[in-house]
Amino acid sequence: MAVPILRQGEYLIATVQSAMTDTDALRLRDDLVRQVGEYRARGIIVDLTALDLMDSFAARSLRTIAHMTRLRGADTVVVGVQPEVAFAMVQLGLTFEDVCTALDLEEGLRFLDSRTRQD
Amino acid sequence: MPRAGPLRVSIAADVDIVTARQEGRNLAEQMGCSPTDSTLVATAISEIARNIMNHAGRGEIAISAVSIDGRTAIEVVATDAGPGISDIERAMQDGYSTGPGLGLGLPGASRLMDHFEVRSKVGVGTTVVMRKWCPP
Repeated sequence: MAVPILRQGEYLIATVQSAMTDTDALRLRDDLVRQVGEYRARGIIVDLTALDLMDSFAARSLRTIAHMTRLRGADTVVVGVQPEVAFAMVQLGLTFEDVCTALDLEEGLRFLDSRTRQD
Repeated sequence: MPRAGPLRVSIAADVDIVTARQEGRNLAEQMGCSPTDSTLVATAISEIARNIMNHAGRGEIAISAVSIDGRTAIEVVATDAGPGISDIERAMQDGYSTGPGLGLGLPGASRLMDHFEVRSKVGVGTTVVMRKWCPP
């Protein structure tokens, strides 16, 4: 199932569901990178609140999204990583060092507001 | 706990990876594992199932409740008839990969589980057996 992407002002908000397949992750990447140009978006929030696990493929896809959209002029912030998901990611050896994260949607919006105002 | 036959999920497409990890989580939860342990099991299944996809193209994941020395564990057996692994020691090192992945699959999954073993024969296939203890 494709990840729904909502437009809110200058931001795109993608809400990932629990059963995200590899194909869905790649499609999300392509959709976001395209929509940054289409809607002249300056910020992207990827909401993982509903995602019940993150494996290495999903993590790599999200990092790629953050890097590609940065090159297109938009900041990406990943929000809503659940405690168990964070624990499993650390055990697995996945780091998100180069990806901005925030607790939830509200914090993510605040982060983007501060980022885009500085630019 | 009565030992039921293993739940088998054949792996041939990326949706099967999702099915396998959801089945693993369901069984772990039914067996009384904490949400954290259930997530670790599901994540390990996701990594191993993807290894099957990337290296063998297809295979199978069997998930079951087992009893060992009076303790209960959830056991995941992943089998494929792919090319096999010539150097298992090397494949268990972080960052070593012959496929498109990050090279975290086998070593990463082993860190998520309590027991992890790989049996492989070049040209014949690979079997991964991993277990996580469940609360009594």
